[in-house]
Amino acid sequence: MELVTPETGTEDRALLEASPLAVRGLTVSYGEKPAVFSVDATFQPGVMTAIVGPNGAGKSTMLKAALGIVTPLSGRVTAWGAPLDKMRDRIAYVPQRASVDWDFPTRVLDVVMMGQYRQLGLLGRVRTEHMRTALHCLERVGMDGFADRQIGQLSGGQQQRVFLARALAQDADLYLLDEPFAGVDAATETAIISVLKALRDQGRTVVAVHHDLSTVPDYFDRVFVINTSKVAEGPVSEAFTRTNLQEAYGGRLAAAQMGALG
Amino acid sequence: MMGEEFVVLSLPPMLIGIFAAVACAIPGNFLLLRRQALIGDAISHVVLPGIVVAFLLTGVVAAWPMMLGAGAASLVAVALIEAIRRLGGIEPGAAMGVVFTAMFAGGVLLLEQSDTSSVHLDVEHALYGNLESLIWLDARGWGSLLDMAALRGLPPELPRMALTLAFVTVLTWVFWRPLKLSTFDEGFARTTGLPVGAIGLGLVVVAAIAAVAAFDAVGSIIVIAMFICPPAAARMMTNGLEAQVAWSVLFAVLSAILGYVLAGYGPLWLGFDDAVSAAGMIATVSGVILALAAVFGPYRHRSGARAEHA
Repeated sequence: MELVTPETGTEDRALLEASPLAVRGLTVSYGEKPAVFSVDATFQPGVMTAIVGPNGAGKSTMLKAALGIVTPLSGRVTAWGAPLDKMRDRIAYVPQRASVDWDFPTRVLDVVMMGQYRQLGLLGRVRTEHMRTALHCLERVGMDGFADRQIGQLSGGQQQRVFLARALAQDADLYLLDEPFAGVDAATETAIISVLKALRDQGRTVVAVHHDLSTVPDYFDRVFVINTSKVAEGPVSEAFTRTNLQEAYGGRLAAAQMGALG
Repeated sequence: MMGEEFVVLSLPPMLIGIFAAVACAIPGNFLLLRRQALIGDAISHVVLPGIVVAFLLTGVVAAWPMMLGAGAASLVAVALIEAIRRLGGIEPGAAMGVVFTAMFAGGVLLLEQSDTSSVHLDVEHALYGNLESLIWLDARGWGSLLDMAALRGLPPELPRMALTLAFVTVLTWVFWRPLKLSTFDEGFARTTGLPVGAIGLGLVVVAAIAAVAAFDAVGSIIVIAMFICPPAAARMMTNGLEAQVAWSVLFAVLSAILGYVLAGYGPLWLGFDDAVSAAGMIATVSGVILALAAVFGPYRHRSGARAEHA
């Protein structure tokens, strides 16, 4: 299956250059049925955007395809108007916690240092400043004192915070997070959201796949609603509406979740 | 045992055994952590059809054509495993199992049908190698290590294996960070721009080179054991990747030395007349080390499992 991506118009080009991450006509398929179908998204700089949608709606897949972790069937991805590969230094990523084997023989500090590998190169020497940066990132997520811990000894929430610390060590302008609040304790959720809000207040961009509709208005500025195809995109006040969610979730939208809409 | 006789008869095979063991153990660490440990097993089996085809094409039993044939066969095997895994949607372990048994069986049939009875090429040789026969007749004691003329008489397997080990070590050192990162977190590695697919393929190719070189010198039984036993034992001794690789090297060296000595002298000590196969004993010792690590190793309990319940 080959889908044609239309040429970019001048009007759209201006939008793309302002956007830290934008996709056009993104289609991904794991088998017969597309997981993400012809999605356009233009994430706005300096704000926090939630990607929401029901289970299996292609939220994570869309993020992974935008980053090149899975190969899309078609579509174009730009970061600040340029091809993504040229902008990798400015992008940090927090994968789903369950995507790695936590039995891997390594310490917490080593995982955070991985955020600096691109900067260090193949054989660049690890200096005191790199260690200090890594320790400072652990401090920001409230994990100082865990630096020498084997990663398998951490709780789920602590693992998530270590992943966030690794992304902080990347010192990026765009932070992409895949379900950062899934299966974490309340203390971790508070720690993570305050770190993310601090990033936003520094002018950085945060995009997170999010599953808890009740916290969307509190945590995020903008929302991207997806159910394989795009349903809505915009400020929470405009796009996070009963109609849009009904369209995305259909009968799966529980009454309790609707309560969040007020 | 430490005099001239040792230099002539035991030093070269011991060194070859050590180099082969370490060259396989180092990539084995990463294969183990990637749940691809079986690939060493697969490669060491598929080299049989490779060397048989190389013999049929060239008509001689020579190291280089055979190593090329073995290398080509392992590439074919890797491609087949990937094809079966992707097209058939079959789990990697099963795909490897199917490919290497089929190719090994094909090699046995080919060997049987072809006229190889006159030359030194048989299944037994493929399995156990001929470590004991790799002697250094030009040596006149330790001083020969400084004598260029005598050094030229070294069994060619020794410099070849030393070169292979150096190659494996340098590559592992240079690509340590990409290897570590892509083994731990492939998705994240990809977002930092690392060519994750190429790194994974590179690891398998390096493992195949180590396996083929070691197979030629010491037979496939050591190759199979060294890809898995030292790294698996090492994992239970430490919770750090750097330390794990160091432990695996130590265990590989220990297996090679102990195995060689036990094979040569163990039966005599027990009152039997004959020595046993050094390759078989080296593999056995590595298995015993793994068993000991599994019982007494400080990190044999998987800490992650406990944390989940906490």
